[in-house]
Amino acid sequence: MNMPFYVSPEQVMKDRADYARKGIARGRSLVALECAPGVLIVADNGSRTLSKISEIYDRVAFAAVGKYNEFQMLRVAGVRHADLKGYSYSREDVSAKELANAYAQTLGQVFTHEMKPYEVELLVAEVGRSGDDHAEMYHLFYDGVVIDERRYAVLGGQTEQITQALETQFADAMELGDALKLGARVLGSDGASLGAEQLEVALLERARPRRAFRRIKNAELTGLLNSK
Amino acid sequence: MSEPSSLPLFASSTDPGPSFADLLRQVSPHQLPGAGATGGTAPLDLPHGTTVVAVRYAGGVVMAGDRRATAGYTIANRRIDKVFAADDFSGVAIAGAAGPAIEMVKLFQTQLEHYEKVQGEVLSLEGKANQLGLLVRANLPAAMQGLAVVPLFAGYDQPRDRGRVFSYDVTGGRYEETDYQGQGSGSIHARNWIKSGWTDGMTLDDTVALAIRSLFAAADEDVATGGPDLVRGIFPLVAAIDADGFRALEESEVETRSRTLLDGPERGGGDPR
Repeated sequence: MNMPFYVSPEQVMKDRADYARKGIARGRSLVALECAPGVLIVADNGSRTLSKISEIYDRVAFAAVGKYNEFQMLRVAGVRHADLKGYSYSREDVSAKELANAYAQTLGQVFTHEMKPYEVELLVAEVGRSGDDHAEMYHLFYDGVVIDERRYAVLGGQTEQITQALETQFADAMELGDALKLGARVLGSDGASLGAEQLEVALLERARPRRAFRRIKNAELTGLLNSK
Repeated sequence: MSEPSSLPLFASSTDPGPSFADLLRQVSPHQLPGAGATGGTAPLDLPHGTTVVAVRYAGGVVMAGDRRATAGYTIANRRIDKVFAADDFSGVAIAGAAGPAIEMVKLFQTQLEHYEKVQGEVLSLEGKANQLGLLVRANLPAAMQGLAVVPLFAGYDQPRDRGRVFSYDVTGGRYEETDYQGQGSGSIHARNWIKSGWTDGMTLDDTVALAIRSLFAAADEDVATGGPDLVRGIFPLVAAIDADGFRALEESEVETRSRTLLDGPERGGGDPR
């Protein structure tokens, strides 16, 4: 029997992390912003059909950067997980926290036990019902680490610049148009905002009675981007 | 899987695709409606839902149901709901064994939403009707034991800009109706009433009135169908589905409409003695 060469666990983990980070850095970033109507997710995405943001459940949304086939598979697993839970128990029992934990389990498991880690970063967001200001944003990394983000979250490879811009420009309880313009501005480079054709935008809207998720596109998107 | 705590992941050969029913069949088959049907005959005195109707009109379709569930000769429930929104543009009304029927509606609602989320697009109205047929067929073993569920499905077909009505038999057979259909023990009377009053291109108001009247007529002739209950203020459940989507009429609105219809021909000419 052949004996494999000894590689220290530190080295294995470092190599895998480097590999995942490189994969993620190749893609484009996205930001999620808490704002007056709920949680706004703005992604730099030139595709009209392949989305990075989608609905998971009544009050829960999903967004991802990285390798499309991998986060797509994780997205569908999340929808299945949530629908199964809502069907077995009650619609109110589905929560972003629980889903984020399930994602963290899977990502961590794959990172330590499989040949290749997932090259993805995920965001699971939730808003409460109208009348409260409850919002949760869980930022998940390729190795299963979860961060409970406040106010805003930035996903992607090169996030320092975006995070710095948000630190100075983010304000609490912004209106929808202001939040959207801020998102488009920080995702753009050299002070130039991204245009409507380069953006994928969705809102978890607190005031909607059941399914809070809605996409903002076409005329509404250009209207908001051009608003004063 | 009773406690879903980890993500449901599948190999590509076993992936259930966008079907929630197939997903449930793989991970938790005991939760399917009609699961556990193992032979023998179900006792007769289980709650059964009775009369529901769906009627097409100019802008879409009206669905209505009486509020009574019976268990043998007993009234099991006076205020049961038999008309449900399936999604934004369609509704489902149930007749038959109430327990499995309500389970089936819940599964059907989840199925439509699940498809929409997984695929990123909404099923066509015909696709939804076929999906419901599959669920009814899956319930056939339970139906053979007396737990039959026979729904009515109706919705607004956006590309065709019209309302459409589908009915089913216990084997999952799916039949598209041209204009209206009823289901349940009093449906023959309801259907006859609708037949005599229905015209093409009816307004929403007239159609709601016709549907409510047809349920009164059914309650008049069929013991299992609940009539308007003036003592408790119980009236039929009515929903309209049109280009703006599914909308259940307010109870107070149905009550007002029902009260104006009460002096109809069922009052008769008085006692002949």
